[in-house]
Amino acid sequence: MHNGQNFSSDCKILQRQHAYFPCRFPCIHVYCSVSVLTVIRAAILIQKWYRLTMARLEMRRRYSLSIFQSIEYADEQDQLQLSNFFTFMLDHCTHPDSDLSLKEFEKEIDVPDSYYGPRLSFPLTVEDANALLHAFRNEQLLHARYVLQLLSETRRVLKEMPNITHLSTSYSKEITVCGDLHGNLDDLLLIFYKNGLPSEQNPYVFNGDFVDRGKNSMEILIILFAFLLIYPNDLHLNRGNHEDYIMNLRYGFTKEVSKKYKDHWKQILSLLRDVFSWLPLATIIDSKVLILHGGISDTTDLDFLNALERNKVRDHIHKQTGPSEEDNSHDQTHDPRSQNGCTPNKCRGGGCYFGPDVTAKLFERYNLKMLIRSHEFKPEGYEISHDGKVITIFSASNYYEEGSNRGAYIKLNPELTPRFVQYQVSKLTRRQNLQERVGTIESSALKSLREKIYAHRSELISAFAQYDLNGTGRISVNDWAAAMESVLQLELPWRMLRSQLAQMNPDGEVDFMSCFYDLKMGQPIKEAQPALAETLCRYRKDLEIIFNIIDKDHSGLISLEEFSQTWRLFTSHLGIDIQDDSIDKLVLSIDYNKDGHIDFNEFLEAFHVVHRLEKKATS
Amino acid sequence: MAEKEEKGEDGQVAEIEKKITEAFEVFDRESNKTVDVREIGCIVRSLGCFPTEAEVQELLEKIEVEEPGGFVHLEHFLPVMTKVLLDRRFRPIPEDVILHAFEALDENKCGYITKDDLVKHLTEGGEPFTQEEMEDMLAVALDPVTDTLHYRDYRTKLIVDETKTFPFNV
Repeated sequence: MHNGQNFSSDCKILQRQHAYFPCRFPCIHVYCSVSVLTVIRAAILIQKWYRLTMARLEMRRRYSLSIFQSIEYADEQDQLQLSNFFTFMLDHCTHPDSDLSLKEFEKEIDVPDSYYGPRLSFPLTVEDANALLHAFRNEQLLHARYVLQLLSETRRVLKEMPNITHLSTSYSKEITVCGDLHGNLDDLLLIFYKNGLPSEQNPYVFNGDFVDRGKNSMEILIILFAFLLIYPNDLHLNRGNHEDYIMNLRYGFTKEVSKKYKDHWKQILSLLRDVFSWLPLATIIDSKVLILHGGISDTTDLDFLNALERNKVRDHIHKQTGPSEEDNSHDQTHDPRSQNGCTPNKCRGGGCYFGPDVTAKLFERYNLKMLIRSHEFKPEGYEISHDGKVITIFSASNYYEEGSNRGAYIKLNPELTPRFVQYQVSKLTRRQNLQERVGTIESSALKSLREKIYAHRSELISAFAQYDLNGTGRISVNDWAAAMESVLQLELPWRMLRSQLAQMNPDGEVDFMSCFYDLKMGQPIKEAQPALAETLCRYRKDLEIIFNIIDKDHSGLISLEEFSQTWRLFTSHLGIDIQDDSIDKLVLSIDYNKDGHIDFNEFLEAFHVVHRLEKKATS
Repeated sequence: MAEKEEKGEDGQVAEIEKKITEAFEVFDRESNKTVDVREIGCIVRSLGCFPTEAEVQELLEKIEVEEPGGFVHLEHFLPVMTKVLLDRRFRPIPEDVILHAFEALDENKCGYITKDDLVKHLTEGGEPFTQEEMEDMLAVALDPVTDTLHYRDYRTKLIVDETKTFPFNV
């Protein structure tokens, strides 16, 4: 008997009541009292059952978010590992001249009559900003000439600003603080719609990570910079770790610019690199509220931060030093935790966690009341930690997937009491219900997880084999979970995810090869040895970045020689042991028309993991 | 199978503890082995248990809650929850019982319950739904044209959704 007592009593009572129903008239009195009882019991059962269903749904939503976050952080680790390599490669590329004046841009770049987008004239006015908003709502592009002019003006203005901006609430009622936007234009437009445009009466602080990931990073920058030029004292920008050209290579902004501005993308990126380097680092309101993108550490020194030549230290946000190293006083990529002290964040690109004692010490030293930071995904758009002293604000809704999270912004009144406004942009005409939303998030999370699994196929198989002493192809759930974690190190609830990832036999053992059953490479390439294919799959994103750097004219083609040279550099940098001739053979076979060039986008696409079923459905 | 039996009770307890720890950690936002006390009901239920709200409260009385902030530490939750699972308390009920429950609210036996009746029964009686819970349920359950709940369809909808994806029965 599987059922506990409470269930059987519920069950019996319900059944008994059923027996009463037919005899309504003879025993009408009994019927009434029993009926009330029945209804209450029935209600309790339904409520209980509904809450169970919802709890399971919530569990699926949470583990899906864990998957997204773990994979994101693992990706940051990869980026860190390759950061030096990317820098090295970029330093060997030439940069186009972007040091032109407004007039020179005007002379050099022609805007054809056929251009219907907004035309800017400097100095900018509110009308220009409105025209830009209108154009971007209608998915128009701003012409490259105006983009360059706007960026060069922005740089001129930013250069005049100190590293730490001091604001005061006394002149205005409230200050609005927004966190990460990540190229999500709809979020910015929604914030402006709900909260009003920036103006002298409506000041804003945007706390970094304007770009990357979303589709409209360029438009967000244009809008923010335009308002900055119009209201330099009322709109304030802090630099985030994504305002960085190396990050932009991996997380999409570089690609976005090169797609939108086919003729001038290099000039724009080069100028942007400069603009980013001049972004202020922090804002302090009424000497009480410190706002910066990442966080603090036990060596954070605001005087040092203030004196820094910010344009010269690209690494001040990017370099992710551990707590024991000395030179991390300006390192901002820290996340708050409730544990005291600074502890290394082992999942997140070498950053740190800072504890309540670290916050308390800094507050005492500088007489602060509150720290507002961003940089960390929060399902509700904000989170309060360290007894209300530290606020994380995250303004990109649907960050991982449609429905994955809300965005939020903060309104600070003159008493410096924060008020949170949450929102969620929806592209769908009909609001999805909870079940549908969780289903969407879950399948998208599992998809990225399966890709990770496939990219570590051979390591996983040998880890499984260590537990499979008799070579049956089956191991216990416990061993399976241990093997998954030892290889992937994502700290995920593997037992719970097991049914989604691998099949189990009736006797409760996992058929471990079933992890790979549904997965295969985008195109079967006979020439690629399995180990090579797996390496290409795992480093597809990095290789794409590297090839894009080599491909100076952005044709999507690189020579065979460049390809194998880069490949050797790359594999030796990572210490991957792949025989040279196997990649050469593969590359030769890819050069279909034998003209000595390969289309690397096509080449890498082949090493994209797809699901067999999806493939069938689309073909 | 002999091997399995040898593992015996200790092995079973260890496995149950791992499952509980996993479920707990999904809700442990700061990765410091604590969760908000308000999440406990959800964790218990996602481990395949079927308690009433009152029974969740009873469980919580046995678990130390750290004030202020209302945090529950894994080491306090683990022994209580392990016992619940070992004793097989709060077992799920068979599908037909849920069907009977809906039928009990369907006075005229017409196969559906009107929105008004449903809201009345579930927000006023038993362990009443919050407004949010009620709205979430209605969003999925109601036939938008007739504003009624056809409980047979609704029940299968939720059950299919669950068995397809929900793995976690101890």
